[in-house]
Amino acid sequence: MTERTLLGKPIVAGSAKGKALVSKEPLSFWGGISPRTGEIIDRRLQRSGANVAGRIFVFPQGKGSSTSSATLMECIKTDVAPAAIINIKVDPILALGSIVSDELYQKAVPIVVLAEKDFFSIKEDDYLTIEPNGTVKINT
Amino acid sequence: MAVKLSTRDEQLLDGQHGKAARMAMRILVRMAEVQGAAEMMDVRQAHIDGCGLLSDTGLEFAETLAANGGKVSVPTTLNMGPLDLQNWRQFGVDEDFAAKAIRQAKAYTDMGCIPTWTCAPYQSYLTPRFGQQIAWGESNAICYANSVLGARTNRYGDFIDICAAITGRVPKCGLHLEENRKGQILLRLVDIDPAIMQSNAFYAVLGHHIGTVSGDKIPVIEGLPVDVSSDQFKALCAAAASSGALALFHAIGVTPEASNLDQAFKGRKPERVIDIHLSDLQKSRADLSTTAEGDKLDLVVLGCPHFSFDEFRELAMLIRAETEKGKTLRPDVRFIVISCHTSYALFQRSEFFNVLIDFGVEVTLDTCIFHTPMVSSATKVIMTNSGKCAYYAPGELGVQVAFGSMAECVESAVRGYVCRKEGLV
Repeated sequence: MTERTLLGKPIVAGSAKGKALVSKEPLSFWGGISPRTGEIIDRRLQRSGANVAGRIFVFPQGKGSSTSSATLMECIKTDVAPAAIINIKVDPILALGSIVSDELYQKAVPIVVLAEKDFFSIKEDDYLTIEPNGTVKINT
Repeated sequence: MAVKLSTRDEQLLDGQHGKAARMAMRILVRMAEVQGAAEMMDVRQAHIDGCGLLSDTGLEFAETLAANGGKVSVPTTLNMGPLDLQNWRQFGVDEDFAAKAIRQAKAYTDMGCIPTWTCAPYQSYLTPRFGQQIAWGESNAICYANSVLGARTNRYGDFIDICAAITGRVPKCGLHLEENRKGQILLRLVDIDPAIMQSNAFYAVLGHHIGTVSGDKIPVIEGLPVDVSSDQFKALCAAAASSGALALFHAIGVTPEASNLDQAFKGRKPERVIDIHLSDLQKSRADLSTTAEGDKLDLVVLGCPHFSFDEFRELAMLIRAETEKGKTLRPDVRFIVISCHTSYALFQRSEFFNVLIDFGVEVTLDTCIFHTPMVSSATKVIMTNSGKCAYYAPGELGVQVAFGSMAECVESAVRGYVCRKEGLV
């Protein structure tokens, strides 16, 4: 087993641990993730059918509807949200969903942005530990 | 980097203006950090989009703010909501859904929002002025306010919109700043007959095309006539903000920040020049439909965004022309027009009110077919003159959709099947 450490930027600061679920495609939470089950329901995506609940969800960036803030919040409320999110590009819409949930329910999903090279070094099922300063530890 | 805060910002964060204002300000400052804004700035008006979708968390958020004394500090209008507040029973809406929607509406009006319930706020009440800093939600309204009116707003989605309305503050970044409003790509209309540009359908198709080709760039359109109407720009904005994420465009000689190319691009050269031919628009028009000619029609939906008085008048003329020939609405076709109370009030005072009602047009107010459960599961094929409605209907409502002009919608409703002319108008 090897351990590596990546330095990311914390967009919504927090701690989390879990196995990576990696999508190479951008995704909209609204219409893309079921807020009842955590399943990826956008059938055009390669990872369609996978479940994000409790995983560290690694995907390049958010896209699409501004209603994605509400979808992420619904996921947090029903306990099917990812344990954390890792992106390449900041998505203010997802950040807002996590921040509003933090203010309303004191429950946030940490969001970290990584440089492209670091982002693509994460593999499916890697065990990740995220710290509030944006550090990502990878155990493979 | 810490966000620079004013004394009043600090007071809001300290809770000196109440618990709701504190929560709103905390969310805004955290979002300013996310967006890399150096400081906060004032807005003079807000338009709330978060009142549209009904979700348990959205309802809880609104009720929490209202219960904690949240009050808007700037004039604030409301987008359409999830319910026709007066006539929902006529549209078969479930009681539980309606009860929650009414609670959500009350939370927002308790906070002092003006009950406009419309997605075309620029045609209704409190139209923003040129250069005014505002915080608007609703994609078509954001595009219209920035582009046609020259007011300044970023894309404010659910939740942050009411935070801005309560505090009157937003992160200072994006389209609020002059330097981020210059055109980036040039779109030239090259071989399009000016007669085609008179039709409203042309603008929906053009908007759909522009949204598709612009990506995250600010487009500048060359070749539009100076007399583009408010309803035509409405159709363009709604379509462009659906197929793409368009929040601002310029049109040379037509929109207020683009009297010429030099002003639109602020002295720079376009990053790209794209020519738009009639054949491109014909492809875009076809792209808006999933049906074939002759398919049996179940429902016509007009008023996405909300119908104006002028559109009611145009529809009445088209219907009158059919009824004078002895034609009627096919009994198995529903004909729904969506509008807001302000336009409806004018329509009720018109001499053509009964022309629509006698034909069998159902008018629903305050809402939208995507947010209220009023389209029955037996509905298979709908027809609309809206680029936005055509774009979202297949995924959101699970129906086949035909895009056509208002005249084609009326003719199809009379015949009971989809019928359109060749070409764009």
